[in-house]
Amino acid sequence: MTVSLLYFAWVRERIGIGAEELVLDGPTTVGALVERLADLSDGHRAALADRGRLRAAVNQNFVGWDAAVAPGDEVAIFPPVTGGLA
Amino acid sequence: MFRVNIQSEPFDIHDEHWRLSSLGPDVGAVVSFTGQVRDEALELEHYPAMALRQMEAVLAEARARWPLKGATLIHRFGRLEVGAPIVLVLTASSHRQAAFEAAAFLMDWLKTRAPFWKKGADGWVEAKAGDDAAAARWGT
Repeated sequence: MTVSLLYFAWVRERIGIGAEELVLDGPTTVGALVERLADLSDGHRAALADRGRLRAAVNQNFVGWDAAVAPGDEVAIFPPVTGGLA
Repeated sequence: MFRVNIQSEPFDIHDEHWRLSSLGPDVGAVVSFTGQVRDEALELEHYPAMALRQMEAVLAEARARWPLKGATLIHRFGRLEVGAPIVLVLTASSHRQAAFEAAAFLMDWLKTRAPFWKKGADGWVEAKAGDDAAAARWGT
């Protein structure tokens, strides 16, 4: 009943790790998960405080904050992407 | 031939171009776009599995919209110096319009959907609102 969490760019730097696992009580949403993660440490809170600056993916697809998360999912939290150049 | 690759090493644009231009007698146009590092050296971080998945999805979308004979998408990661090539988009079609349009579409979508982040001397590079607008002009 765990979810895999992945962090990138300054989200990863502020939290201090790039990946961790969290035990879920049951199905939840990405938004509720982020609220719970923010309580884990000062670094988590600093990284996750401003949701307007964050994006999320579940199982490698972009999702909104109300998207469902189930045990076994891979949830990634990161800043808006900047692929390409020019 | 349709190909997506994510790599730290440089790509050879001549080799990549030749792979598409030599696909067959019905290829009449090959368009290439190369993005390169501007102003300052960058460190590129990415989310490997998602980057590959999103780039494959964008390529599939381009194939559904334009009659392409082939396309190549290559994105680099790691430390890249000023002037270093960072992204390559190649499209091949019978006629130029499809090749031009598909290349522009692929590049616009890469900017908003490929999970890459750039860090320069002054910290992380923020995404630009103009990138979303550029991608939005193609509809979804």
